[in-house]
Formats: sequence, structure tokens, C-alpha cells
Amino acid sequence: MTPLETLRVAVYALLRNKLRSFLTTLGMIIGVAAVIAMVAIGEGAKAQVEQSFASMGANLLVVQSGTTMAGGSRGGFGTLPTLTWEDLKAIQTEIPSVRYAAPVLRSNAQVLTEDQNWTTSVSGTTPEYFEIRSWSMASGTFFGQSEIDGGAKVVLLGQTVVDKLYGPYVDPVGQMVRIMNVPFQIVGVLAKKGQSPMGQDYDDAVFVPCTTFQAKIQGGLQKYLSGSIFVGAASSETTARAQAQIAELLRDRHHIQPGIDDDFSIRNLTEMASAQQEGTETMTTLLASIAAVSLLVGGIGIMNIMLVSVTERTREIGLRMAVGAKPRDILAQFLVEALALSFAGGLIGVGLGVMSAYRLALQFGWPTLVRPEIIVIAVGFSALVGVGFGLYPALKASRLDPINALRFE
Amino acid sequence: MTGNDSFIVLRQVGKIYRMGDVEVTALRDISLGIQEGEFVAVMGASGSGKSTLMNILGCLDRPTAGRYLLAGRDVSQMSRGELAAIRNRMLGFVFQSFNLLARTSAVDNVGLPLQYAGVSYRERHQRAEEALRQVGLADRLHHHPSQMSGGQQQRVAIARALVTKPRLILADEPTGNLDSRTSTEILALLQELWRSGLTVVMVTHELDIAEYASRVVMMKDGCILSDTRRQARVADAAVESATAEAVL
Repeated sequence: MTPLETLRVAVYALLRNKLRSFLTTLGMIIGVAAVIAMVAIGEGAKAQVEQSFASMGANLLVVQSGTTMAGGSRGGFGTLPTLTWEDLKAIQTEIPSVRYAAPVLRSNAQVLTEDQNWTTSVSGTTPEYFEIRSWSMASGTFFGQSEIDGGAKVVLLGQTVVDKLYGPYVDPVGQMVRIMNVPFQIVGVLAKKGQSPMGQDYDDAVFVPCTTFQAKIQGGLQKYLSGSIFVGAASSETTARAQAQIAELLRDRHHIQPGIDDDFSIRNLTEMASAQQEGTETMTTLLASIAAVSLLVGGIGIMNIMLVSVTERTREIGLRMAVGAKPRDILAQFLVEALALSFAGGLIGVGLGVMSAYRLALQFGWPTLVRPEIIVIAVGFSALVGVGFGLYPALKASRLDPINALRFE
Repeated sequence: MTGNDSFIVLRQVGKIYRMGDVEVTALRDISLGIQEGEFVAVMGASGSGKSTLMNILGCLDRPTAGRYLLAGRDVSQMSRGELAAIRNRMLGFVFQSFNLLARTSAVDNVGLPLQYAGVSYRERHQRAEEALRQVGLADRLHHHPSQMSGGQQQRVAIARALVTKPRLILADEPTGNLDSRTSTEILALLQELWRSGLTVVMVTHELDIAEYASRVVMMKDGCILSDTRRQARVADAAVESATAEAVL
């Protein structure tokens, strides 16, 4: 018999027992749907974590200055200015694995327009900062080197600040705001960035040139950089190396003897990101393996029904053999029946799984992500289950003795 | 009688079944020749070995001793797959209990052997229809077995045996489940096939059924007790004349 003919006979046999075929397939449908939905939830969570870390900045290192010590109470990182502008320059020029380094001087301040005000985070930085954070403009332009050199009174607004001061869908570029009673011209609005992994709103911030920040917002020491340095490493592989090299460079520059603690700290946010990703990956694996168990149960259901079917149709098998079916024809027929059951279950399960993933996304606001590979794997696995669990019943059928099979009551 | 030129040649055929530690001899030293175009009735009580003989003749079973030549080919040592091909091409079976597939139309039932002969769906349908017309069921093509009488079901089974255009029809108690009137109809049909040149071997335990054959082989305890050629009794029934016309 041709394969197509075998398939026809198998489908015909399954349709003679519609309810049973459907119930058998149900195990497979639920198994595949569960795998698809569970993996979609896991992948969705993973994508969300990935995205929030990506918006934080790729391959990010944060260098902070040391701590103050007052009467035995230690002030925490950044309280004692130990980083200098010279250190920043050295990091920029002397370490090849560093692509960008930008100073971030931060303060909270009220931003005023003619009729509104909003207290937000004001940072003084350089254009490299936006490269490190891969942060683009929604409108206007970044300030450039000339604004930094000249200490220009220009400001970039985050989306949340624009919303609070001007309302949504307003482009305030060119207008003036006052920060600490100093008028600043808005030269650009930053694109929406979203939340940090800890839920902090990145868009609730304004940025001014670092020189302007020092001169107008937070007067400070000229030599010391009273904030942190954001460093973008060349790639994720070089992040750890850059961290070590910066530490070495700064220890050397700060003349720290071996055995004495660093007077600065370097945080590697890539490590944090990968730890979180591992967490979600574990969750995905866990969910998928629970779902895979139900797929296995579905496969056992198919085997069970195929065994019943072989017993029930013993006479039919005997007859088919008597009129010329070779053992391999019978083997193929029952194998194809099992395969058709599991494959149909797989396809319906994919449909159901994708649907429930979208339902979950809609209903509970869970992020879900259905990846095409998962669909292919789930359908492929269900076909494999069909062959695996269909083989034994099919072999049993093909080995029947036609005489006994014909006499079977 | 056991000349090599016969259509069917059994030479010292024996069959021993092993059931655990017990050996049961079902056939001993059977030698038999059947010419093409004979209508042979194999008779005997149950346990006489007639069913075993039938299974061996039908290539459903292999003898444990001796040789079986079918149309000059030694089939006693063939594999299961090869035997299946022989059954498909040369033999047609008619069973006591019809063995039709339930919930399957007459046409599809009849076309079943052709599935395994690699015949296309359309041709299968055509040939099945033709075979059903030959047994007088042209108006029952799409009926399921449950919608037909026993006699009609057996006709479908005969059509299924005929559809591959075999040279030998093996009928195992073909009238066992039928009333006497319907039995006569079926016997008339088998005689019709025999007259058109087919070889028919029929197993029965009823003497009045065996009378319709041209040769009666009596079996007892796995041996041939007697082997007589005789004038076959003509299955007479006005009912069958219509069928006969349809065939001719």
C-alpha cells in the first residue's frame, strides 16, 4: 500500500470511532496546550526581565566613590568624593575594553514652567551617558560637547516629566523651564524608557550638561566628581575584564596599597541581569517539565487505546491478513493511526495553547511569548510520542496469526 | 492423482501443533492433488483436520512436514509476507461468519483485497461494483453489513473473494450461519463460479451440502478416509436463475 493509502485507511478507521478517537486525542491536546501555554508564560517573563535589563543599559558598570567615616558611622558609597574628573578621563582613554564612560551627578530639584511644577531627579552628564543606556530622543537633539564646554543652560526632559508639566502629546522643545531658579531651554525630549528591574521610573528625570550641573545646581569641588561614573563595556564578554581593569587603574591612581580596601565601588549590572534571567529560565524549565509530564500521560493514553483497538479489531486484522495484508501493512496501519491521533492532538493543542496564552496575557496581564520553535518542538514531540507509544500495539497487531485472529471472539 | 501437473499438489503434508509440552498431530501424511476447475468438498467431524487442511491450502498456515505446490510453486517454505502476496493474488476466502468490516459499505468491503494489491481507489471501486453485480447485489453497493441479511452478507463476502480474480476459492463452512433456502442460493453461486472455470474447495460437515461438489474428500484423525468423484447435485432454485443470468 502507498503511504497515502495507509493514511486514508487509518483516518477512516479513526472516524469510525469518533468519540473514542477524540477522547484519546484529548490527552495529547491538553498536554501540548499546557506545554505551549506554560512555555509562553515562562518566555514572556524572561523577555520582560531581559527587556528591563536592556533598558537599564547594555554591559553596564557603575563606579561610585568611597564612603565617609564620621565617629565610627560609615556613610555608604558615594558619600566621600574620591573619584576625580581625571579618573574619568583615565578610564575613558586607558582601558580599551571600555567603550563609553560618562559622569552622572544627581540631585532632586523642582522643575518649573509658567503654570506647573514637578520635583524630579536632575542629572548632570555627558552625551555618552545616553549611548551607554542606549537611550534615544523622541524629539529635539542631545546636547553636545560645545554645550558641555560652555556650561550651556540646556535641558533634556524624560517623558514622565513632559507629561506632568505639559501633558501628553505636547512637544515642549524650545520652551523654557526653571530649575533652582535658573532658566533652562528644553533642547530635547527623551524616548520612553520604562521601568528599572526594581520598578523605578526611568522617564521621571531631566538631564543637563555636567558642567552646568556643577555651576548652577549643585556647587561642588572642581577636582572631584561628586557622583558616579557610568561605564559601557565594549561587549558583555569584556564587562568583567573592564571591571577588573578599572579597579586596578583606580587603585593605582588613588595610590592604594595592597591589602587596603578600595575607596570606590564598581557594580556590574550585567551579572545581576544574568542572575535574574537564570531565575526565569528555571521557572520556564519547571513549567515546561510539568507540562511535558501531561504530554507523556497523553502518550500513554494513546498506547492504551491502541492496545484496546488492536484487541477489539483482531478479527479485522485477521481478515486483512487473509486477503493479502502483509505484516508490515498492518504495522504501518496501526502506527499511522497512533501517529494521526497524536499529530492531530498536537495541532489542536498548539491552537488551544496559543489561544490560552493570549487569554492569560489578556486576563491577568501576564506577559506571554509564543515562540515558533516551541510550536515546532511541541508538534514534533507529540508525533514522536505517537510513534513511541504506537509502536508496541502496532507490532502486536502485525504479529498476530491470521488463523487465530480470524477465530477470535 | 498427485501428479506434479495438478493445480494443487500436497505431498506427504503433516502438521503438528505444539501446545506447551503437548504435541497435537492435526494432519499426517496427506497427499492430495486437485485439478484446476474442480469443486472439492472437504468433509469430516470436528477435530478431523479439515480446518487445518483448509488453512494450509489457503496459505494461512505452513505445514510442518511435506510439500505444498500451488500452481507449480512451492509455498510450504515461504515467509509470511510472501504468503500474504500469494493469498492476495491467487486465493479468495469465504468464511462461515462472513467477516465483513462493520460500518463499512459493501463496495468498500469488497474492494479491501485490492487495497493490498496496489489498485487505485477508482479502479477498486469499479471492480468492487462489478463483483457485487456478479453476485446479484448491484442494488446494495452502499449498504453496511448491518443493513443486509445473512445471505446478502455472504454474497458480499463472495464478491470480496472474487474481486482479485483469483484461481482458487476457499470456502470454510460457507452456509454454516444460513438457513437452508439461503444456503441453496449461496451454493448455486459457488457452482456458478465453478462452472465459469474457478477451482472451489469447500469445508463442510454436512453431507447434503457436500453433495453440491464434484468431489468429496472425507477426513478423519488427520488422514484422508475417502476421496470420491461424483456427479454434483445442481443447486436448484428459481431464485438463482436470475443470478445466473446476471453472471452470464
